[in-house]
Amino acid sequence: MAFLEITDATKKFGGFLAINAVTFCVERGARHAIIGPNGAGKTTLFNLISGLILPTTGSITLEGKRLAKKKPHEIVQIGMARSFQKVNVFPRKTAFENVQVALIASRKLQYNPFRGAAELFRDEIMELLEQVKLGADSERRAGELAHGKQKQLELAVALAAEPKILLLDEPTAGMSIAETLSSIALIRDIVQERGITLLFTEHDMNVVFEIASTISVLHHGEIIATGLPQEIRVNDDVQRIYLGRE
Amino acid sequence: MFANPMILFIQVMNSFSLAMNLFIIAAGLTLIFGVLRIVNFAHGAFYMVGAYLALSILGVTGNSNLGFVLGVLGAGAAMGAMAFVVERVLLSQLYDKEHMLQLLFTFALVLVIKDVVKMIWGSGQYSISAPPFLRGAVNLGISPYPKYALFLCIAGPIIAVAIWFFMERTRWGRILRAAREDRVMLNALGTDVKLVYSGVFVAGAALAAMGGALAAPRSAVDPGMDALVIIDAFIIVIIGGLGSLLGSFIGALILGFLTVMGSIYLQEWAIVASYVMMVVILLVRPWGLFGKPDEERH
Amino acid sequence: MTNRSQLAFLALLFLILLAVPFMGSRYLTELTVQVMIFSLLALSLNILVGHIGLVSFGHAAFFAIGGYATAFFLSRWQLPLGIAMPMAVLLASIFALMIGALCVRLKAIYFAMLTLAFSMLVWGIIIKWKPVTGGDDGFVGIALPQFLSSPQNFYWFTLAVVSISTALMWVLSKSTMGQIFVAIRENETRANFLGVNVRQMQLIGFVLAALFAAVAGSLMSMYLRGMYPQSAFWTQSGHIVISVLLGGVHSFVGPILGASLLYLLEVTIHQYTQYWPLVMGLILIIVVLVLPEGLIGLFRKLYTSVRRE
Repeated sequence: MAFLEITDATKKFGGFLAINAVTFCVERGARHAIIGPNGAGKTTLFNLISGLILPTTGSITLEGKRLAKKKPHEIVQIGMARSFQKVNVFPRKTAFENVQVALIASRKLQYNPFRGAAELFRDEIMELLEQVKLGADSERRAGELAHGKQKQLELAVALAAEPKILLLDEPTAGMSIAETLSSIALIRDIVQERGITLLFTEHDMNVVFEIASTISVLHHGEIIATGLPQEIRVNDDVQRIYLGRE
Repeated sequence: MFANPMILFIQVMNSFSLAMNLFIIAAGLTLIFGVLRIVNFAHGAFYMVGAYLALSILGVTGNSNLGFVLGVLGAGAAMGAMAFVVERVLLSQLYDKEHMLQLLFTFALVLVIKDVVKMIWGSGQYSISAPPFLRGAVNLGISPYPKYALFLCIAGPIIAVAIWFFMERTRWGRILRAAREDRVMLNALGTDVKLVYSGVFVAGAALAAMGGALAAPRSAVDPGMDALVIIDAFIIVIIGGLGSLLGSFIGALILGFLTVMGSIYLQEWAIVASYVMMVVILLVRPWGLFGKPDEERH
Repeated sequence: MTNRSQLAFLALLFLILLAVPFMGSRYLTELTVQVMIFSLLALSLNILVGHIGLVSFGHAAFFAIGGYATAFFLSRWQLPLGIAMPMAVLLASIFALMIGALCVRLKAIYFAMLTLAFSMLVWGIIIKWKPVTGGDDGFVGIALPQFLSSPQNFYWFTLAVVSISTALMWVLSKSTMGQIFVAIRENETRANFLGVNVRQMQLIGFVLAALFAAVAGSLMSMYLRGMYPQSAFWTQSGHIVISVLLGGVHSFVGPILGASLLYLLEVTIHQYTQYWPLVMGLILIIVVLVLPEGLIGLFRKLYTSVRRE
């Protein structure tokens, strides 16, 4: 049994088949990319896996545990963390507090009305922030950080939950080339160091081939190929449909 | 009691007539919400102003048939004009702000309108008698029935059909439906969104005022009449689903029947019956009978 | 405002309140009791509005339940205060748990409407359940324990209860639970995807807010020696929301300022005109249009502009 298994997952919005009988597996420790043109259904697929929306049919399991009927917070507790394509931070909280909230939630301290939060977990938080190169910005409000830094903060927040698997939706969206390069190096190093399984979507092919250990290609809501990067690179269907080469 | 068909008939008619009166108010509330995404607390206050305006108009014209028609239409027109000024000068500044500020603004209107009404008309209770052609009772075969209540029973569905026709069959209605679904699209179509918003707010306010004017002959006119009617209207739209006209119609019927039947069979605990109904519906469908779920998770 | 300046403000306020009974004015003492109770009520609502980001338009219901239950337990069952008051607060919290469970299923505007509808149910029951509540006439003639019968002693009792409640709410606002509440206000989806059960936390906040509102209601019924149905009416809930907004929702002390100012204005303006609601409505329009951050926001703006010069 694979680490993450998506079997026959289907999602209909009204009459529209957004995701059609999608089946693929992600092995433990893999860095699996979902690629496909705009509107292929990548974000919908992420939303299905992370529990934001329920699949119409099909099953999703993480280490054998069924996710499909579970609520997002339950899925997080099983060990899945995710980021969003649009930056999704707590804008009025500082970078420090953003990470702190994640730690509070993962340690289930949200039920304690007496434990002071002020300096709680300072060392851990600073370590995480420094890991994503935000050590100097810890006291700035998240909403005031530059776009690229907000994305890095999101990464730190996701890591704070100590996930077994990390879902990153377009981690380099809106970044400059320089930012993209440093960001992917960072992501690769962190997941390798921590032994986290990575599932991500990405539009930039360079990024994909840089990081991914396996790739699935999504087209019109269907998986048309899954394999190693070198296989995908030479796959005829993929070249025709995705890369637009005849 | 069910054994007596005459009494049952009268109860059913009373329920229906109350329901139609409530529907006219709830329709305006749901229309404004559907397009402007604002829950208008002041809707009850507009209703009250309508009743007082009709009272004043009847004071000038005397209690004639023509006076009644003028009273109802005049109340709608005058309230509509005031609503236009309020919307353009004040409310429109809040469209891009938090929903809660909009809600609080309409609550502020409630406070202001209530006191202005007291200043103009005093705190006493007034009553309006039905116009001459709707006085007395008419024999409906099973039982005689008051003409005015019967008139409301007929006016309600006519107004409902008129709104439905306007929304579904006219160009303006199409624009409003588009505004309800997607306002970006509306902009793209080149429609003047400002005008649409003003129009809907004015129409909703006018409906409330006419509802108040129509209700005046069957209930007392006093400065407290707004506070309870808005709660009824809220319950109706919660049951029926915010933004749904059909929902308001069905919700009004449910509340009308529960109120009338409840007051007979449950006496003073009638008020609890409508809440129990609301809770049951919310447990099954949190977004109301004909509303749309606000979450994608399904 | 920083934590330190807010604490300094609260400490100063406490010192002033300690001095009030020695100023020799019975009127001032009684007025201050009411201001303290309304401040506590506004603070309790701010757990929902300011921290979690849910605006309840039915908060008065729990104020009323706390008040009526205290009245009932003290006068009808003749329970000692030390039992009557906690029982009243517990009762209101149980109601809050049931009502809240339904309300937190709905978002923003629906939540506001539903809380309003439920508070009107409470109001309806108070009006109709004459044997217990006294109906329209209110519950009159509460038998107070001997030691609370002098205005002085009642003042000290109120100050103690309000101070302890305020301290608890301060601790809550700075706790891990408080941090999660604010996270939910800021970004519900993100909080959910950090493993927070948002609905459950909102319900916890709803019950905590109701709990402190019930404490305020309990004090008020004892102060008035009675409780009246108007206290549960939806416009009363509106007043609490206005207090909170007027003071400013994003700081702890804001609601205290808002409630105090609103109440003092009411008392003052009542001496000149019966049209206080009109004035309050106009104040609210101004706050909504130009001061959405409340008095605290205004002070902050003034402070920064003064510093710049």
